[in-house]
Amino acid sequence: MPNALARGTGGPVTGLSLSSADVRARAAPANLGDRILRVVLRGAALSLVLLVVGMVAEMLLRATPAIRAFGFSFLYTSTWDPVAERFGAVPFVFGTLVSSLLALLIAVPLGLGAAIYLAELAPRWMRSPMAFLVELVAAVPSVVYGLWGIFVLAPLLRTWVQPALGKTLGFLPLFQGPPYGVGMLAAGIILAIMVVPFITAVGREVLLAVPNTQREAALALGATRWETTRIAVLRYGRSGLIGAILLGLGRALGETMAVTMVIGNRPEVAMSLFAPGYTMASVIANEFSEATSDLYLAALVEIGLLLLVVTVIVNGFARLLVWSVGGAVKAARE
Amino acid sequence: MKASARRCVNVAMSAATALAAGLVVLPLLLVFGFLMYQGVMALNVGFFTQLPKPVGEVGGGMANAIVGTLILVSLAACLGLPLGILGGLYLAESRDRRLPWIARFLADVLNGVPSIVIGIFAYGVAVLPFRRFSALAGGFALAIIMLPIVIRTSEELVRLVPSSMREAALALGIPEWKVLLRIVLPTARAGIITGVMVAVARVAGETAPLLFTAFGNRFWHQGLDQPIAALPLQIFAYAISPYDDWHRQAWAGALVLIGMVFVVSLAARVVTSGRFTGVR
Repeated sequence: MPNALARGTGGPVTGLSLSSADVRARAAPANLGDRILRVVLRGAALSLVLLVVGMVAEMLLRATPAIRAFGFSFLYTSTWDPVAERFGAVPFVFGTLVSSLLALLIAVPLGLGAAIYLAELAPRWMRSPMAFLVELVAAVPSVVYGLWGIFVLAPLLRTWVQPALGKTLGFLPLFQGPPYGVGMLAAGIILAIMVVPFITAVGREVLLAVPNTQREAALALGATRWETTRIAVLRYGRSGLIGAILLGLGRALGETMAVTMVIGNRPEVAMSLFAPGYTMASVIANEFSEATSDLYLAALVEIGLLLLVVTVIVNGFARLLVWSVGGAVKAARE
Repeated sequence: MKASARRCVNVAMSAATALAAGLVVLPLLLVFGFLMYQGVMALNVGFFTQLPKPVGEVGGGMANAIVGTLILVSLAACLGLPLGILGGLYLAESRDRRLPWIARFLADVLNGVPSIVIGIFAYGVAVLPFRRFSALAGGFALAIIMLPIVIRTSEELVRLVPSSMREAALALGIPEWKVLLRIVLPTARAGIITGVMVAVARVAGETAPLLFTAFGNRFWHQGLDQPIAALPLQIFAYAISPYDDWHRQAWAGALVLIGMVFVVSLAARVVTSGRFTGVR
């Protein structure tokens, strides 16, 4: 175990079992080449840290005028008027949250189901080709999904889905209003399509990390394949699966192009899923290069900063959860 | 009776999860099918060789955007790859106490930062100070997106190199830096190339961070300090335009873009299946 310390999963190092790595870490590097390489490698890692810190600092700096001017009212007012220079982020936060939750509503059952199928229940020969197809779904560029959304999905929703939903479930405020095609519903569906392969891929990896002894124990007790999955595998990997969902949420919150192309881009808070909306990412995409005044730009950067903070929290939490399954297993394997 | 009910549940859940897997992959077929249907009709030689025509004139192509995307991706690779591979080597080999954990965590977090936010950062760092949109700024933004992917895959692949190889080399008295650069890295090469290709495929389709860094351009590239066209940007601009001919070209552009991305992804797949599947 040459680098147990670096992995942080190698358990405590007691005084008796000083590994060779420990000794080497304390001894000064003997060789000039070693010293140079060590500095270069450490520099590469440090530059990543600096990059992330710099990103937060830079955006904080550029958002300062808006933070000064509006304070917390930025978060609870909903006027977005570049001419009068009054900015409130509510419609965008609302749009981002609603479209992302709608996407998760569709993507979580599908993504977890597919992950379970690919890791546990599918015939062996299918698993790896299917996993590759899922990877390809994730590899399709956002702008291509957006194009498809504008010219295929939105007309489909306008002529078939929304009228049908309006007729059957129209008593709910969610499904009222004229069927535009573009709007919150279209954004949610496109986002679901884009997020689902992430949930499937990470979920599958989490399930694959569950040790086989778990399965064997359940199978030995006479459980069926599905019961084994439910009792032994899903329960063991639960925190990792929640992490996979959160990773999907992180993607959905920040997804820009496809959403911008189908959500309708109208800064309003509407109850109906048929109505157009706006998200934090799309308002930046649409208005950033046209922001004429400093305050306008600062307000947009502040929205970006909000997005950054939220996604960093969601992703950081998700990673810890995924690691909690994968890390424990890695330690057991070594 | 009880046993048969359990068997029914088993079959039902297998079917349900299979259906879920099918539905996850279905959009790929729908999107790709429609893209073929719309895009092939719009593709012709002129699309690859001509500049965009002004509004109202039918025809023209996206040659400048294809070249622009290649330039931007190369720029990103020049910046992102060395740093990413060295960083990955550090994460896999370092015996430092805290920095590796922090760097690994930040790499994963950076991987989840929305690309539009990275665009804002690149705008602040590489556009505002020079008062000019530029290819370099676009390449910088794409490099930041590439970095965490390259770091994490190189780390994983360097870890797969058997430690017996390291030990054998060290036992022969070869200094550690030579072991790392001449033995460990070359052994992990195939896998690292895969990681690089995955990163390139991801970055080639990015639009959001280019909106206000590379900005787009309707002419051939005019130097790295000038705005430059990119295929995804052009597709976006054409898709939201009101002209039918531009829509047609957006489909063709999307087909070319997705073709590039899929070819790179497939190639990455082939490279991995050669040497490293056994180890994984």
